[in-house]
Amino acid sequence: MTTMDFYAEGNRPRRLAESFSPAMLGRALGEAFIKLNPQKLLGNPVILATELVAALATISAAVNVANGEGGGFAVAVALWLWATVLFANFAESIAEGRGKAAADSLRATRTTTKAKLIVDEKQGLIVPTPAHELGLNQVILVEAGDVIPVDGEIIEGVASVNEAAITGESAPVIRESGGDRSAVTGGTTVVSDWIKVRVTAQPGSTFLDRMIAMVEGADRRKTPNEIALAVLLAGLTLIFLIAAVTLLAFAAYSGIALDPVVLGALFVCLIPTTIGGLLSAVGIAGMDRLLKVNVLATSGRAVEAAGDVDTLLLDKTGTITFGNRMATEVVPVSGVRDEVALRAAIMASLGDETPEGRSIIELGRNTGIAAEAPVGGTVIPFSATTRLSGLDADGKSWRKGSVDAVLKLIGRPETELPAQFRQAVDRIARSGGTPLAVTEGGNLVGVIHLKDVVKPGVAARFAELRKMGLRTVMITGDNPVTAAAIAAEAGVDDFLAEATPEDKLRLIREEQGKGRLVAMCGDGANDAPALAQADVGVAMQTGAQAAREAGNMVDLDSDPTKVIEIVEVGKQMLITRGALTTFSIANDVAKYFAIIPALFMTVLPQLGALNVMGLSSPESAILSAVIFNALVIVALIPLALRGVKYRAVGAGALLSRNLLIYGLGGHVAPFIGIKIIDMILVALGLT
Amino acid sequence: MNWQGWAEIALTLGLALALGWPLGIFMSRVWNGETTWLDPVVKPVERAFYAASGVDPRKSQTWLGYGASLIAFNLAGFLLLYAMLRMQGVLPLNPQGFSGVSPDLAFNTAVSFVTNTNWQSYGGETTMSHFTQMVGLTVQNFVSAATGAAIAAALARAFAGNRLIGIGNFWADLIRTTLYVLLPLSIVLAIALMGMGVVQSLQASVTATTLEGASQTISVAPTASQLAIKQLGINGGGIFNANSAHPFENPTPLSNLVTAVAINVLGWAAFFAFGRTAIARKDIRALATAAIVILAAGAAIIYVSEAQPAPALVAAGIENPVNMEGKETRFGLASSAAWAAQTTGASNGSVNGMLDSFSPLGGGMTMLLMMLGEILPGGVGSGIAIMVVMAVLAVFVAGLMVGRTPEYLGKKIEAREIQFAMVALLIVPLSTLGWAALTVAVPGGLASLFNPGAHGLSELLYAFTSATANNGSAFGGISANVPWWNGALGMAMLMGRFVPIVAVLAIAGSIAAKPKLAPSAGTLPTSGTLFVGLLIGIIIILGALQYFPALALGPVVEHFQVLEALAK
Repeated sequence: MTTMDFYAEGNRPRRLAESFSPAMLGRALGEAFIKLNPQKLLGNPVILATELVAALATISAAVNVANGEGGGFAVAVALWLWATVLFANFAESIAEGRGKAAADSLRATRTTTKAKLIVDEKQGLIVPTPAHELGLNQVILVEAGDVIPVDGEIIEGVASVNEAAITGESAPVIRESGGDRSAVTGGTTVVSDWIKVRVTAQPGSTFLDRMIAMVEGADRRKTPNEIALAVLLAGLTLIFLIAAVTLLAFAAYSGIALDPVVLGALFVCLIPTTIGGLLSAVGIAGMDRLLKVNVLATSGRAVEAAGDVDTLLLDKTGTITFGNRMATEVVPVSGVRDEVALRAAIMASLGDETPEGRSIIELGRNTGIAAEAPVGGTVIPFSATTRLSGLDADGKSWRKGSVDAVLKLIGRPETELPAQFRQAVDRIARSGGTPLAVTEGGNLVGVIHLKDVVKPGVAARFAELRKMGLRTVMITGDNPVTAAAIAAEAGVDDFLAEATPEDKLRLIREEQGKGRLVAMCGDGANDAPALAQADVGVAMQTGAQAAREAGNMVDLDSDPTKVIEIVEVGKQMLITRGALTTFSIANDVAKYFAIIPALFMTVLPQLGALNVMGLSSPESAILSAVIFNALVIVALIPLALRGVKYRAVGAGALLSRNLLIYGLGGHVAPFIGIKIIDMILVALGLT
Repeated sequence: MNWQGWAEIALTLGLALALGWPLGIFMSRVWNGETTWLDPVVKPVERAFYAASGVDPRKSQTWLGYGASLIAFNLAGFLLLYAMLRMQGVLPLNPQGFSGVSPDLAFNTAVSFVTNTNWQSYGGETTMSHFTQMVGLTVQNFVSAATGAAIAAALARAFAGNRLIGIGNFWADLIRTTLYVLLPLSIVLAIALMGMGVVQSLQASVTATTLEGASQTISVAPTASQLAIKQLGINGGGIFNANSAHPFENPTPLSNLVTAVAINVLGWAAFFAFGRTAIARKDIRALATAAIVILAAGAAIIYVSEAQPAPALVAAGIENPVNMEGKETRFGLASSAAWAAQTTGASNGSVNGMLDSFSPLGGGMTMLLMMLGEILPGGVGSGIAIMVVMAVLAVFVAGLMVGRTPEYLGKKIEAREIQFAMVALLIVPLSTLGWAALTVAVPGGLASLFNPGAHGLSELLYAFTSATANNGSAFGGISANVPWWNGALGMAMLMGRFVPIVAVLAIAGSIAAKPKLAPSAGTLPTSGTLFVGLLIGIIIILGALQYFPALALGPVVEHFQVLEALAK
């Protein structure tokens, strides 16, 4: 059963990121108070400025109270300014909380059992050693029921391994020496058989350790766009500081003595506290949403880059077509009997461990022809570079592989080929299948037909991606004719046929040279250079260790279609950040109409004309604006965490929609909100 | 208000925009070093300049090198002009026998003309010799405009290029803009203006016999030659104190129309030149659209506001009173409204009316147009440069909402660009509000104000807004020729000029080095109605909101006070 089938049955595995619980909310609230420490707010100038104003307002209010000048209003403003800071801290804590909970559950699976260290290979001498004392390149034995203590590579044996601790999926996977399925992860459990594992990671830097660090956000750094946004917000804070401070002079000129508490309230209302308070929560939530689809990003930068991706390199197999191509027939060339051709195909495939190779043997088994490798024969394993496999035994040689690779091998130009062979190749290729040439003793004997089925719904998905501005490029080892047939059926924008890992790397570099950002996914060790070169490289959890290290994301479900979701999560995070920034800045207009008349009305009653909201009194107007400013942070926490929904409708339509909601809405909402708060304050008799 | 008035405003604004287009294409060719039809005449002169100065025009400078050249050139220009003003008494071409200018006024005036501001704390015909006007002030009118054009050229190249190290050669930009664009146009315009009756004389004055038989001495000056570049270079400093309300500087309705068009024409030309050089015509057309929409709205508000009857006349019971106070009485209300909007939108300090006498809203509007950053269309090049900074901010704030990190004209907008964009944005309120507030605080600072109350605050705010925005027009109502005001206004002009210039060049340097990205269906569209609307919103919110508290105590409250007086 493939991963895809597994999902199709509705068994989505346990998710790392759980939803909120009351305990989590309680913990976040506690942390909100801890974050009041100004040192922790240094990276957030807007909220730091708010805290400073809150402190000054508190002192001012305390002086008022001490002097017996009442001061209920000043106390209320000071309290709500503190609340603004707390709400911002709370937003960040709650976003972090989900990651922390996930990290805790991962930490619980870290093993404390002793590893079976092989000290003498020949005598099979085994010494129980604590996992944290294992060194690089030491070899350990892991048997059924054992937890694999560290990351490593299988050097001998085959075992089924339960990787639920990492992936959440309980169905065990096969891990074996050699090839791309040889990597094992610390914390997973061997269910059957045994393996010898060479240690590839120092304790403390294993995949599990890095995963815990990632989900916890321990080494979370600001992304480039976050830094730029923080600069903008700091700049706006300074601009409004200038406006507020100089207002003291202009008010004095106009014969108005401004209350510092009121001036502080004006300043806090004008600076972009909403986005300032929610900025880091949005970023953390972005990583978190990835975690929810079981993808680990090594950095927030990678998530941001995902939103920017222009070109998506998709492996045909598993992504565009269902799993593996299957051999359906072997067409003999004239003068060769069917079963001779079939047997040759089987012999040539004995060294081919790929699913396609196995499907040929399977085809033989179904037709009653089983083959065993002759003793003393030399198996030539399939490789992506040669695109061939074969067998040399008893003085005979069999080869099978992509048509042009085989022709190159036997040195026959295309023009001299038997007509029947050429027709078969063309027919198979035109139908979207893959023809493989089979030789016996250097002579062509037949063509294997590998069939490939395009997944339903793929074409619609690609049309959607096109609307998002993404170009899809299908990568396949197939010949150009086959590739073109499948590309047309699936509706990709372009394809790279007969692709070697070097071709992939070259394609990525070419795209990047044209100023495009490229995303790809891969699992093989030979994908590692391309994964490292791509702007977003998604490695499969089941893939080779080298691939997992080269990419900047790991898909725990090992689902190659996931890259599309990753792009959506990236876009969603950026949209959320932009929407909240726009909303926050748009809010200022209404706040002016609340506060400006309130500041000056006592001396310049004519400015009452600006009180368009009809707020009941200057004190109530200022307090309402401050309360709105604080509450809007809380109100927007769910949006910050959930994210603004991304719609694949093209940039123009998306912008006009979001501008309407967050730009226009940002202008209108505070007028309504401030008015309602003012009415409540009046109803409660607080002003 | 009548249709003729609206038509006049539309004609002046529209003509400048329409003529800016072909001129912009020409200017872009000059910036790019392409051939022009002026080459046979001008090329030898240009080569002579390079030969004499040892400049290699093909050697592209880094933004730091470019900036250092620019600052050095402007500093030298300032020192030279300062010295000339101080030593005016011993210099030739001084038929009036004016003595040297006081140190504070010399500082203020030298800064004013070097920064393309043309704030005048003096009356031209009673202070400055012909030599000072022609060799000092007029020269700066040319090169300060060319300096502004240079930064736009550099920024445009930065956006066009792909991973560039240099942003062009400052000396080449300066020399080419002056020789190919400013000089030929000014020569043509000056001759045309002389034909319309503008004075051009090296005499001190002429004597006329009035109708009553009395003898009248009237100052004359080499006016036409300076007037042409005063408008085309978007400078604005009048040779006479009354500026373009003086019949020798603006004799006929035709000269009024021509000089009014000249106020904006090279500002728009720089927009279109930027679009061509940056290979982004459509996107820059969107910026021009946003600018003309705001400018037209500003002109309309001023016109409507000035067309309201003056409260005093209403109170006096006069029927259908027209508020002509402070307007150009020869050319009418619409002409003054258009002129006020055009000059304040374009960092041109010339006036053909008295803004101090405008209605509170009309006067407040002129202030607001300057506060928006002088981008409507602003000075030659300096306007489009800051407009592009605003576009960068608009893209940055709202662009994320399409789900990509922001990019403008194929270049990613990141922390460094935002950092310098914020510096350019922040310096304006810091200087405007900061110096105005300090003037309130320093002893005697307010002694120069003629009016108390809200109107006095408007006068104060206007002066520092005009200086910081490098506009140079005066609201009036202050005696600025005192040490504090000369010094503070001079500092405001320097801050408002060179901080944004350095910021723009830093952005250019950073943008130039970036790879040029290919647009896709997912890229934020930066042309079209939607972006124009977004940009207008950002210009108003980021460019104007910070001034509202101060404005509320000036023009806004005065407006309501007038309404209240009317109601009684």
